[in-house]
Amino acid sequence: MDLENQKRVKALAEQFGKENIVVLLGGADAEASGLIAETVIAGDPAYAGALTGVPLGLPAYHILEPEIRREIDPAVYEANIGMMEMVLPVEDIVKEVSSIRQKLLS
Amino acid sequence: MLEGKKIIILGDRDGIPGGAIEACLAGKPLEVAFSTTACFV
Repeated sequence: MDLENQKRVKALAEQFGKENIVVLLGGADAEASGLIAETVIAGDPAYAGALTGVPLGLPAYHILEPEIRREIDPAVYEANIGMMEMVLPVEDIVKEVSSIRQKLLS
Repeated sequence: MLEGKKIIILGDRDGIPGGAIEACLAGKPLEVAFSTTACFV
């Protein structure tokens, strides 16, 4: 995850409190999306950024996950996400991000 | 789940950009605290 974004996310978590934040991801594949989720939940696994050793515990979901999708008007979702949903590996992404959340977010 | 929350959007230029996610949330009782579109690699 981008080092500047790590700093920004850390600052926002300190400002608002982790219980008030939800992180939404738009990653193109399962591995990258999972790494971002891991970073905002348990800290930077690459030991490079501001979140190294900082387990923020932020709930991270991909926009393609059903929990998020059902909160969005279907027509709005289709208009903004529909095209990419057809080409992205939705099943893999959902499986990876939800599994990271289950494993790391207590 | 999203109602009343501060939302951090980490979009991806090769996947779903931050702007598209923001558009999905427009008008909802929440606040987008930060939105970006990056290359995830």
